[in-house]
Amino acid sequence: MHCEGREGMKELQYDVLVIGAGAAGLAAALEVSRNNASCALVERESHLGGILIQCIHNGFGLEEYKEELTGPEFAERQVQAVRAADVDIFTDTTVTQLNAENDRKEAYCYSAVYGVLRISVRAVILAMGCRERNRGNIRTPGTRPAGVYTAGLAQRLVNIEGYIPGQDVVIVGSGDIGLIMARRMTWVGAKVHAVIEIQPYPSGLTRNIVQCLNDFDIPLYLSHVVSRIEGKQRVEKVQVSPLTNGIPDEENSFEIPCDTLLLSVGLIPENELSKEAGMEINPQTNGALVDATMMTSIDGVFSCGNVLHVHDLADWVAEEARRAGAYAVRYLRNERPKRQIRIKAGANVRYINPAMFDPDNPDKLYFRSLIVKNQAKLQIKLDHKPVKEVRLSHVQPSEMLHVKLKPKDVAGWNIMKDSVLEVSIE
Amino acid sequence: MASTDAAAVRADVAIIGAGLSGSCIARQLSAYELDIVLLDKECDVSMGVSRANSGIVHGGFHHNLKYLKSRLEIRGNLMYDRLQRELDFPFKRCGILVAALNDEEMKYIDHLYTQGVENGAIGIEMCSRERMFELEPKLNPDCVGGLHAPGGGVLEPYRFVFSVVESAQKNGVEVVTNFEVVHAERAGERYRIHAADGRQVEARYVVNAAGLFADRVSEIFGAEEFQIIPRKGEYFLLDRATEAAPQRVLFPVPTKVSKGMLVIPTVEGTVLIGPTAQEIEDKEDVSTNADQLNLILDQARKMVPKVSQTDVITAFSGLRPALADGDFYIDISAKAPNFIQVAGIQSPGLTAAPAIGEYVKDLVKKAGCSLVEKADWDPYVSKLPRIRDLGPYEADNLVNANPAYGNVVCRCEEISEAEIVEAIRRGHTTLDGIKYFTRAGMGRCQGGFCSYKIIKLLIRETGMSYKDIQKCGAGSELLRDAL
Amino acid sequence: MSQQEPIREMICISCPLGCHLSLYKDENDELTVTGNKCKRGVVYAEEEYYAPKRVVTCTCPAESEVFPRLPVRTTTSLPKEHIDALLRAAYALTVKPPVACGEVLIENFEGTGVDLIASMSLGAEQ
Repeated sequence: MHCEGREGMKELQYDVLVIGAGAAGLAAALEVSRNNASCALVERESHLGGILIQCIHNGFGLEEYKEELTGPEFAERQVQAVRAADVDIFTDTTVTQLNAENDRKEAYCYSAVYGVLRISVRAVILAMGCRERNRGNIRTPGTRPAGVYTAGLAQRLVNIEGYIPGQDVVIVGSGDIGLIMARRMTWVGAKVHAVIEIQPYPSGLTRNIVQCLNDFDIPLYLSHVVSRIEGKQRVEKVQVSPLTNGIPDEENSFEIPCDTLLLSVGLIPENELSKEAGMEINPQTNGALVDATMMTSIDGVFSCGNVLHVHDLADWVAEEARRAGAYAVRYLRNERPKRQIRIKAGANVRYINPAMFDPDNPDKLYFRSLIVKNQAKLQIKLDHKPVKEVRLSHVQPSEMLHVKLKPKDVAGWNIMKDSVLEVSIE
Repeated sequence: MASTDAAAVRADVAIIGAGLSGSCIARQLSAYELDIVLLDKECDVSMGVSRANSGIVHGGFHHNLKYLKSRLEIRGNLMYDRLQRELDFPFKRCGILVAALNDEEMKYIDHLYTQGVENGAIGIEMCSRERMFELEPKLNPDCVGGLHAPGGGVLEPYRFVFSVVESAQKNGVEVVTNFEVVHAERAGERYRIHAADGRQVEARYVVNAAGLFADRVSEIFGAEEFQIIPRKGEYFLLDRATEAAPQRVLFPVPTKVSKGMLVIPTVEGTVLIGPTAQEIEDKEDVSTNADQLNLILDQARKMVPKVSQTDVITAFSGLRPALADGDFYIDISAKAPNFIQVAGIQSPGLTAAPAIGEYVKDLVKKAGCSLVEKADWDPYVSKLPRIRDLGPYEADNLVNANPAYGNVVCRCEEISEAEIVEAIRRGHTTLDGIKYFTRAGMGRCQGGFCSYKIIKLLIRETGMSYKDIQKCGAGSELLRDAL
Repeated sequence: MSQQEPIREMICISCPLGCHLSLYKDENDELTVTGNKCKRGVVYAEEEYYAPKRVVTCTCPAESEVFPRLPVRTTTSLPKEHIDALLRAAYALTVKPPVACGEVLIENFEGTGVDLIASMSLGAEQ
């Protein structure tokens, strides 16, 4: 660690800066350090592990650690590994500005302990995670009383601070956080009256529907919306409307008295820092557009985890981040792909990540389906010619899919400079 | 709000309503040897009409000078530069454009221009289509021309009120919050004013700046009968990253009932679209409605086609406290002695507020109150640093002096722990109070990440129980229980 | 059998397919399962019907400024009828740091053979 002062401000130099120490940042930093590059890991919270810390439920780690863990346990294993490695960790430190256009990149970091730090590096790995969509994002009309929380905020209040935000709860959105919170609120003595889902199918895992709703007889209203929030000071009731042709049907609406509304209506990658740095964003994912090495449109800046695209599993976040870490180190050594071709999301595929493919180093691709189907088929075409088919037992939009191409898959391909790989679901 | 318990406060002047008008009046009168008390029924100042409006310092062309509101608008506009120097609130004269989308509307622009010139609006300019696009490239391509009023500007109304109130307090004004006036009687030369919770305030002169409830307050004091008609305006707030952000405030050609739906680049960098205009019954109904919200998006896109619903971070509504004739009603009561009415202060109330302060000061004098200037009146408030306004080197110095400036609590608006603690120490002890004072929780995540941190800071700084932490006033407690 | 009403319906959660299972009882009180696409469906249905169990995760009060609640979990899945009692027991505990992840807080809860363990380490605080 080199430290030199200018006008008192602390300046530090490393090979790689990892921004964010959740599941992605921890995995990325560890991988950078394993490959003998110097690494600074900057985290705005006072603890490492990010949002895993408040996810006290089980269901983590089956792929990474081959056993079922809770969020804090998953985080603790990652943290122990990072602490044992040669990584400089800065907690309670917020990156407010990233100047990334030059070979040497600079990040300004604010911290009560260190003051303002200027960290200068050759490569940056973005691992800032995502934020929850809120009431404004889904434009729910009505009054603006106390008692409307995003599910993640409620999870924080209950699981870490030990507060119970309300006793009579309605949950909007059947994503996994919403479902988990339905069970958690029930287990702390609140009554969960309903889960309201705008889609005709649940957004969360079936396991969570069964164990978090059915176990407690919590009704799930599919194709319904909360069309109005009422209550002057505190939420008093919500109006729930079935959707007819995508429009709330006022006539068949009904009211549910409640004092709390939890919103679990999706996550948005937190790319404000990336956008300010000038990065290209994929409108389908709200994450950076990355090439086969997870590198964004800015040379030397990599993206992984939920800031790249929202994942279902922390295990996959860690896996993706590890690759980003390894690619960042290869970038430091000027090892770049000799050629890359574009990957395109074809029929029934919402998006595919990354957006480029390196035929000389085929790697894992993550993608999401637009449809719900059993016995589906993944079709990969090179310049309209089918080159690979994979059977998928079940696809649905809320479950991320992946496929790993192997060198033998690619061996016979006739790849041109402007070839396009298209991934579709049938 | 840092406020007095007021078991039995005796004052020379009591001002009812700590919104834009009331606070400007209080500050103006604080320059004289008077005991002044500023009363408000809410938990903090500026939580009524002044909490939610367009935040525009108008350009002086919308109304004819025959209206008092127009005369006060012109005067008020000119007072803002000096106020900004004295009171350190964010304010920008970004200018105003009125865009005509067809030749018919262009005729009305002619009228507005003539009116503006007669009103003495400085720098007002008729614009060709080309000039309009030079001033605002994001305008609807159908724009045929318009009006440019460079003297118009933007500010955050509550932030302005906070500064004005702070200045008033610094000069001796007592602020009493949670004081809902329910009864008043004459006690010799004074009024005895009763609050809902039994507290009392006595005063020789009373100013009724009660906004939506000015009619009710007038009735309580046995003064003139009139009716305040609440007219709701709904808004969407757009993320600061929106591509729809214009350089100047964009107005359509006004309709008979309102100035129309605007696209406003707020002084803090976000974009506000709205307001709608709907007469309603309930003076506390600040709900939003699906049909109105759709209307806002449609209308705003007529000004700037790039307005996108994906940029929406929140929706809110405010109420205009309108009188039937549409003008301000500011006068000494003919029925209740030493009682001054400041009612019907709808748009351009924010613009006019500083001038209303002056005007009411003169009325107080006219009513018989002797005004002796204070030798030590201090118009300045201390500047509060905000880390997001500072470069890294300045910020580093600040953090060295007070490490809490280095702890970023609200990531979206970049608000530090020190700024939040300062708000709490100044008496903003609700989540909304802190939000409106510091902007923490006002950004794209709408408090999703920082609310619990602010709750913890409130508990740490005030020693209050988690159960007493409110969003905004009694009944809005955030946490019901603990494990 | 097709005329017979199922005694229970459930969704198998052994894999993401989510088979809708129908459970029937024959005259010998034997359970039969339909709707499953693989053997795991039968195993799941039998356990869910005769002895449903769940992993329980919750928190205990901790004497810590930073983490006033310590996340805890059961070592394996607990018979459902014990869940409420376990929650009450967990909320009534008070944990004094330091505590290590995996440390047993309640051993063999109500004779079920299931332990309640810390699922996060809390270091000693000054």
